[in-house]
Amino acid sequence: MLRTSLKALAILGGLLAAAPAAQAAEGAAHIPNQGFSFQGPFGVYDRASAQRGFQVYSQVCSACHAMHLMSYRNLRDLGLTEQQVAAIASQVQVQDGPNDEGQMFERPGRPSDRFRSPFPNPQAARAANNGALPPDLSVIAKAREGGANYIYALLTGYGDPPPDVHIAEGMHYNAYFPGHQIAMARPLNPDQVEFADHTPATVENMARDVATFLQWAAEPELELRHSMGIKIIVFLLVLAGLAYAVKRKIWANAH
Amino acid sequence: MASGLHNSDIPNPVLRWIDQRMPIFTMMQKEYGSFPTPRNFNYFWNFGALAMVNLMIMIATGIFLAMHYTPHSSMAFDSVERIMRDVNFGWLLRYVHANGASMFFIVVYIHIWRGMYYGSYKAPRELLWMLGVVIFLLMMATAFMGYVLPWGQMSFWGATVITNLFSAFPLVGEWIVTLLWGGFSVDNATLNRFFSLHYLLPFVIVGVVFLHIVALHITGSNNPLGIEPKGPQDTLPFHPYYTAKDSFGLVIYFIVFAGLVFFAPNYLGHPDNYIPADPLVTPAHIVPEWYFLPFYAILRAVPDKLGGVLMMFGSILVWFVLPWLDRSPVRSMRFRPIARICFLLWTVSFLVLLWCGGKPAEEPYVTISRFAAAYYFAYFLVILPLLSRIEKPLPLPESISRAVLGGGPLPAGAAAKPMEKA
Ligand code: HEC
Ligand code: HEM
Repeated sequence: MLRTSLKALAILGGLLAAAPAAQAAEGAAHIPNQGFSFQGPFGVYDRASAQRGFQVYSQVCSACHAMHLMSYRNLRDLGLTEQQVAAIASQVQVQDGPNDEGQMFERPGRPSDRFRSPFPNPQAARAANNGALPPDLSVIAKAREGGANYIYALLTGYGDPPPDVHIAEGMHYNAYFPGHQIAMARPLNPDQVEFADHTPATVENMARDVATFLQWAAEPELELRHSMGIKIIVFLLVLAGLAYAVKRKIWANAH
Repeated sequence: MASGLHNSDIPNPVLRWIDQRMPIFTMMQKEYGSFPTPRNFNYFWNFGALAMVNLMIMIATGIFLAMHYTPHSSMAFDSVERIMRDVNFGWLLRYVHANGASMFFIVVYIHIWRGMYYGSYKAPRELLWMLGVVIFLLMMATAFMGYVLPWGQMSFWGATVITNLFSAFPLVGEWIVTLLWGGFSVDNATLNRFFSLHYLLPFVIVGVVFLHIVALHITGSNNPLGIEPKGPQDTLPFHPYYTAKDSFGLVIYFIVFAGLVFFAPNYLGHPDNYIPADPLVTPAHIVPEWYFLPFYAILRAVPDKLGGVLMMFGSILVWFVLPWLDRSPVRSMRFRPIARICFLLWTVSFLVLLWCGGKPAEEPYVTISRFAAAYYFAYFLVILPLLSRIEKPLPLPESISRAVLGGGPLPAGAAAKPMEKA
């Protein structure tokens, strides 16, 4: 019985292990693991880092990248107060309407508004970026192999191309972008932003913070998921012990 | 009894009143209470019950997801993300449903593997087995259409590649593809009909599962020895023996399931499906969900499109005739030394195909898939028919109770009611 159960486990393990291995993209550079605080079964977000990451997003990335699934009110979950969120939202002008006269009008943003997109449509975004489309970043951390580690690697992966690599006009060398030629110019430069908590604005720090923020944006449920998961697994382990004891007792006279 | 009330022995007066007029409680007692079940099941016999629970989980989570999902090509992707963010515990619903599909296939693959290893497909269980294959085909159709619904890049391109396969059929091919698409490309009409069918098919599966269980309760279960029970000493009442054993298995299954849902919810998915569908951008590698990979590998192993499609469908349809390809009277591979090895190799070929299916269609994977696919078919079409004639099986035990209890006297509480075989 033990042997067959082990066999079943082996098959199951084989199936589970084969799947993503089967999907790992080849040709891409190996992405180093940054050991983010949200990794692992007990992982939680580093709130301070994610808040700084939001600052990097709004002062740098939001010039080109939309995050249309996010609302300003979501920032409350990062530890910002209601007043802070209202202040952030009110800094943008959003289109609303039609009003009673049938006119569209502009008004300051509210916490319930979605993050304002830099461009009205993909065509405008391409026109402003040499024909390249800056992707929406709402779920980017789930949409790339490697997630936040990839984003960090991408943002810090700019540099001079190796001598044998030819970079096309308007493109930039990046060690981690698939194909190594990316249309996004190096977005982060030292001291580009000023953090209120005096964290030095090195490229690495900013990349780490914005990667944390983007991971949070993609998986806002992660902390709840982890803490629920731990409790449920512990409960199930206890239940498994009980169920096994009951089974043993019932079968005691039948073997 | 010719007519009038059913003669019920349900103690509770209210339940008895119902039971006399509609004996469902008597039936449940007979089919799930005292039902005589071979006493020597191993844990592989848990997987049918697990599949049943899994099916119910899929339907329950699916119905709630459908309350928030929008089947429109311009809104589907965002509506799924809104479920993840704004619906209370929507992320849990969606991750349980998405990983539930993977769990379902793991469970059912093991369930099928069990049937093949212990010869459960053989007489008198051929129809039971064939109903199982029907369920599997329905599951594949359901899962395929479900994967299209979030309308990500893999949804869109997977749907495009797979529906296009039908164009390989002569004469009717183009017509079938247009019918599947509801137009001239994968578009909103496709999404709408897939949503409708994805909601419908699970209930068809429920119906076929019911027939599967009816057939099971006529023949009774097979068991690891592959010999029929010869009397009450060989069986145990289903309750409490197997209800207890299934409960333990169920908790283990939930642990694996919870591990996926809470700690690796996207592990079995493809990151590209978090990119909204874009008909103008083809992903570098279009890969179906992991559970389709063995069949995808067979498709790509054949250089000719129609040939590949026929081999792919054939690789599952051949299961229908398995009871007639394998003529050996011995069911369990435990007593078939050569067939056992050949079948374990078949299992390896299946896993190799799974692995190759996720790799790009280039060398060495194509050649490896060809060898694996050749063995996959050879096992069914050559090896089993041949072994049915030439293999000399090991001696079978005299009875289940002899093999399990060593022939000693029967313990008092363990005897079941006599077999009520039809
Ligand atoms: C000047 C406009 C601009 C700014 C500012 C900018 N990006 Fe980009 N970004 C782009 C463009 C254009 C692309 C598309 C590149 C391509 O497809 O070659 C892109 C692509 C990306 C990608 C996707 C890469 C991939 O794997 O496809 C990520 C992630 C990204 N940017 C993150 C950021 C972050 C984080 C910031 C802020 C620190 C930022 N970007 C700032 C223009 C910009
Ligand atoms: C929705 C999917 C399915 C459900 C809910 C289901 C359910 C069950 C249940 C409850 C049993 C009895 C318990 C057991 O023996 O494990 C069973 C037995 C069986 N099933 Fe399934 N099943 C499913 C799919 C399949 C498939 C896809 C196949 C084969 C292609 C299959 C083949 C069999 C066979 C041959 C038996 C009898 C096994 C024996 O007695 O040894 N089933 N099924």
